[in-house]
Amino acid sequence: MSKTRYERPVIKKLETGMPNKFGTRTEYEPMTHIDGVAVKDLIKEFGSPLFVISEKTIRDTVKKAKKAFGTRYPKVQFAWSYKTNYLNAICNIFHQEDSWAEVVSGFEYDKAINLGVDGRKIIFNGPDKSEQDLTKAITNDSLIHIDHLDELYSIRELADKLKKRPRVAIRVNMDTGVYPMWDRFGFNYENGQAWDAINKIMHSEKMELVGLHCHIGTFMLSPFAYGTAASKLSELALAVEQKFKHEIKYIDMGGGFASKNTLKGSYLPGTDTNPTFDDFAEAISTVLLNSNFKKDKLPLLILETGRALVDEAGYLLGSVISNKRSSTGRRNTIIDVGVNILFTSFWYDHKITPAQPFTHYSEDTCLYGPLCMNIDVIRESANLPLLNMGDHIVIHNVGAYNMTQWMQFITLRPNVVLIDLDEKPHLIRIKESLENMNSMERVPSHLTFDR
Amino acid sequence: MKLRKNVAVSEAGLLFNPVTGESYSVNPIGVEIINLLREEKSPEDISKFILGKFATDKATFEKDYHDFIGILEHHNLLDSHEETKA
Amino acid sequence: MKKRKLKIAVTGLNAIDSPGPGISVIRALREAASFDVRIIGLSYESLEPGIYMHDLVDRTYSIPYPTAGIDTLLARLEYIHEKEKLDVIIPNFDAELYPFIKLETKLKAMGIHMFLPTLHQFEERQKVNLNEFGKKYNINVPRSKVIHDLSMVYSLQSEFSFPMIVKGKFYDASIAYSIEQVKSYYNKISAKWGLPIIIQEFIHGTEFNVTGLGDGKGNTIAAVPMRKQYITEKGKAWGGISISDEEMLDMTRKFLRTTKWRGGFELELMKNKDGELYMLEINPRLPAWIYLAVGVGQNIPEALVKLAMGEKVKPFTKYTVGKMFVRYSWDMIVDREEFEQISIYGEL
Repeated sequence: MSKTRYERPVIKKLETGMPNKFGTRTEYEPMTHIDGVAVKDLIKEFGSPLFVISEKTIRDTVKKAKKAFGTRYPKVQFAWSYKTNYLNAICNIFHQEDSWAEVVSGFEYDKAINLGVDGRKIIFNGPDKSEQDLTKAITNDSLIHIDHLDELYSIRELADKLKKRPRVAIRVNMDTGVYPMWDRFGFNYENGQAWDAINKIMHSEKMELVGLHCHIGTFMLSPFAYGTAASKLSELALAVEQKFKHEIKYIDMGGGFASKNTLKGSYLPGTDTNPTFDDFAEAISTVLLNSNFKKDKLPLLILETGRALVDEAGYLLGSVISNKRSSTGRRNTIIDVGVNILFTSFWYDHKITPAQPFTHYSEDTCLYGPLCMNIDVIRESANLPLLNMGDHIVIHNVGAYNMTQWMQFITLRPNVVLIDLDEKPHLIRIKESLENMNSMERVPSHLTFDR
Repeated sequence: MKLRKNVAVSEAGLLFNPVTGESYSVNPIGVEIINLLREEKSPEDISKFILGKFATDKATFEKDYHDFIGILEHHNLLDSHEETKA
Repeated sequence: MKKRKLKIAVTGLNAIDSPGPGISVIRALREAASFDVRIIGLSYESLEPGIYMHDLVDRTYSIPYPTAGIDTLLARLEYIHEKEKLDVIIPNFDAELYPFIKLETKLKAMGIHMFLPTLHQFEERQKVNLNEFGKKYNINVPRSKVIHDLSMVYSLQSEFSFPMIVKGKFYDASIAYSIEQVKSYYNKISAKWGLPIIIQEFIHGTEFNVTGLGDGKGNTIAAVPMRKQYITEKGKAWGGISISDEEMLDMTRKFLRTTKWRGGFELELMKNKDGELYMLEINPRLPAWIYLAVGVGQNIPEALVKLAMGEKVKPFTKYTVGKMFVRYSWDMIVDREEFEQISIYGEL
């Protein structure tokens, strides 16, 4: 006779609150497979922890976003925000889906060029562009989004030196009624800085002003703020048209669309409340279509959304190291996923599910990472089933920022796997080794031990 | 290790402590252990019984068993007089 | 002729010291002239008194908190619907309205009717939007300012005079008499409910409430004004009296006409010593004192159910003035088995 599946014994005080049998049940509906591949097999082959990215989810999400904007506005172009996830394989999926590249450093710029992106389809943002970076961008005819006057003057000088007419846009910051207002990047709309910069560019005649750009915030929950921003950029574009008889080719609304994650402290889950692509598209396109652009002179609408396109495609698999009990009787579970590779756990209550079936018995659990650091907490409180040592868990919606902001701290960074459309896993980034880390270090001879 | 007198657990896993007025829910394996405790079985006997019935190993169960006993104690469900004697 | 029997699910069974409206709504439904009812209670916690009031509630099911997400709630409602074949659901908590509004189409397809404000109406009347709301519909509201930053507190002194009210985004309000108090309430309330904080002009005067029902087309189906006579420490009415005030009824009708409000509501009004009327808050659901409306001749929950079922309802035009409600509490004797039953199985 085969033995019954083991589950550790638990006793729980009956609270007057919600019985666990129902309440948060879906939170621990097990996720045993990702795109048809068993979590167990993935961990067996590639180790734990492990980042897994679903190519299907990325492509589906891009299609959804394209449809939301494309059905409402005639000219739309997406530009992949490299900083969100710049693993080469991931960038190439977006480029295959017709995305341009949006980069914010010389490193990211070179990455895009290396991947074969046409220089004319690279948008170069950010406050830090060296003379060397700008020279490359001007030579390649890339779109340079100017952040400050010093940069404007540098480009003007380089234009003379290189005998080229750089294609530029300015980044505009503005009050859209959201808090905090991002006024550290670009030129302010309300106090006239933006108009001033536009005039400087137009009068110099050394640069071609092709676009206007804004990026009003991050993890935005209000689509209406984008409407306000679109209306202010339209006004600027129309003012340029009127004063200089010069057509602004594109309006770049930046990114910042929220994904389906739940921000810490929110009452309702992000899946229920966060706006959809349709909500953002409706707010932006309505304003642009209703503005005074002539029908054949509508500017191209560029979107640099990163997070909302890739977050849901990323999973982080982990394993239980140990179950402990705190001095107050509370369940603490240690997993092998730490904040060093899951930076976003500082911002979100990530959805976490077990990777194997469980009974409805659960415990309120604090999930700790493996680092010997007090801040290493993945979830302060999650209602989880009775996980045993060695059991696997799946952390959801981790595709954005984690694979760029992760740190080599205390431990090494793990493998990243992409599951393709045929449900086949591919290793797209190899886990770090001691040799990798040591290869970058040099020890002066007086600190070397003789063996 | 002995359960407090009057502490009873139902088939469905409901446990009521008449001394404190608290109610608890217990999972099936917990019910088995409480019933074995009621019969005043030794930890060794309990371990043997559970290992015979459930798919687990001795080390895992012993760790979980001690954790469970700790929680029973935390909730004041064990007979403390008995414990001081032991 | 035998009356038809409707199966109606009701939330807000917490008839405690700061009561939910559920039990009053159920009493109204049980007295409906046009139908009989089987009442299904929907509870969040196993000590909500309504669960144990078997003469009012035929059966109760636990439902998940809104924090568990819409899909979890839908799954639970599908299960309950399979057992009970619900005709109507009447949600009675502010916090659950968002998910129920989102689920309205899906529930309708299952044959479950509701009569709720639209998401737009629900959002527009949020406290943070009250200023805009007043401007848009030309309704007198107290001046208010939304602040996100403690440093903004200092600029308030030029715009508001003391005392001023410091309010949380969803709940909580305190009266501050000095900047120090504003800062202290700002910190306390934002720690609990998050940002922003709303600063509101303090209106000296008498508080009134109006409950009623809008048909979603701008018509007033019902409206009953009440003055609180006794207020508990938690600010809840423990006694109140129906009054006749044309100005309040005018403001209510204007609110319904201009917003085309759909569903039940409660308006919190304030009349200052010069007789000017202000709208302080719009609660997007029926109040706990709704049974007073039944007592003065307007069975609002019955009318709401009929509107939900897609039936025509003739507007109420009269009510008895000077009728009072006096609330009381009552200790029921409950078997532990019942508590355990609802706690473990989520059904009783």
